[in-house]
Amino acid sequence: MKKITIVDYGSGNVLSAQKSFIKITKDNNIKANVLISKNLDDIKNSTHLVLPGQGAFSTCMSGIKNTPGLADELYEFAIIKKRPFLGICVGMQMLANESEEKGQHKGLGWIEGRIKSIPNKNLKLPHMGWNTVKPIKNDNLIETSDDYYFVHSYYFECRNKENILAETQYGINFTSIIGKENIYGVQFHPEKSSSQGLNLLKNFIN
Amino acid sequence: MNKVRIIPCLDVKDGRVVKGINFIDLIDAGDPVEQAKHYSENGADEICFLDISASLENRDTMINVVEKTANEVFIPLTVGGGISSIENIQSLLRAGADKISINSAAIIEPEIIKKSSEYFGNQCIVVAVDAKKIQNDWYVFSHGGTKNTGIYALEWIEKVQKFGAGEILLTSMDKDGTKSGFDTDLLCKVSQLLQIPLIASGGVGELSHFYDGISLGNANALLAASVFHFNEISIKEVKKYLLSKNVNVRI
Repeated sequence: MKKITIVDYGSGNVLSAQKSFIKITKDNNIKANVLISKNLDDIKNSTHLVLPGQGAFSTCMSGIKNTPGLADELYEFAIIKKRPFLGICVGMQMLANESEEKGQHKGLGWIEGRIKSIPNKNLKLPHMGWNTVKPIKNDNLIETSDDYYFVHSYYFECRNKENILAETQYGINFTSIIGKENIYGVQFHPEKSSSQGLNLLKNFIN
Repeated sequence: MNKVRIIPCLDVKDGRVVKGINFIDLIDAGDPVEQAKHYSENGADEICFLDISASLENRDTMINVVEKTANEVFIPLTVGGGISSIENIQSLLRAGADKISINSAAIIEPEIIKKSSEYFGNQCIVVAVDAKKIQNDWYVFSHGGTKNTGIYALEWIEKVQKFGAGEILLTSMDKDGTKSGFDTDLLCKVSQLLQIPLIASGGVGELSHFYDGISLGNANALLAASVFHFNEISIKEVKKYLLSKNVNVRI
């Protein structure tokens, strides 16, 4: 029995992530309990954690820090116990060391890198809509190039090339999937990316 | 690069899909959840619900529709119509909407754009603008296109961008329901002002109109209703056609 927890620290559309996992587990006969929770025991007992994130980086980081014990519990889960962890959008960005969105802010620092703004170059921002995610390293999460739904104005500048699993082009080539052992991050919204998005989430829990 | 988005818009009244010709003469065209699911499975890049009776009636019906849709549809969902407060926005986002489109409320109190985009992030705040050409200028109309506000559309759009709108949904009142094509002149002028994405709406009747919205209007996304609802054109046909014209779309 899998226990998938969507970490609820006051950010974004957590409901969509939950509904996606419910749909996947139901359609594939995977026995699972899909929760939205910030309860430390729920997190401790989870088999998989999903960290969503919408809005400003600093607001999301404060949301985590202001939930007593949450940051430590996430650290325990992902870094000490090395259980499967997936950050989505700003949830991915928070894995970095720091962000330059509206000032300088510290991130969780689990995957080395820095959050920078997408260079304007006459492109519309936010980068909103469907764009191609191209795998550059073999990984179970994504096998082939496909389109996924993005909404963001900042991107993850990855320090170590081996953590880059996939890239996307929008003016620049940026990292759209990062991975380091048990920790994954996706810049796009798999929960909003139709069947290929659901498939990616299925790969994450398998 | 980013792909041009094709967005079917479902006008919803009392939990049922309808589409007005020039905003009147409503014809029932089905169940919103089933329709949204159908569109999602057939190539729609996003879904838009417009609650056309929202300012007059109980809004719980729409929240219920949004919740049911979010169980079945895994592409972005925008909801608009009669949204007038941060509380409205929050309850729709909580029900599973990804973006909210504000129209009249922004005209009455532009600060709502600032407040909501700061609170929820500008990615989920779409400002809908209904524009009508009178002599040589476009004016903003409010309240479902019934009231001329006397505000110049181009000035208004620049202002809402500055206030934190994440996207502009621009409907030409002159073209809406006519099937004679987008107002590409208006679109082109507006797209030059915008750093944020522009969604074109109003007037699509045939395949070439979609291409005109991109090539002449410089829109980033194309919204249509009746041509899709009555199966006159399918989203797949639109995408195939656009692809043949070298427009980047998701297949």
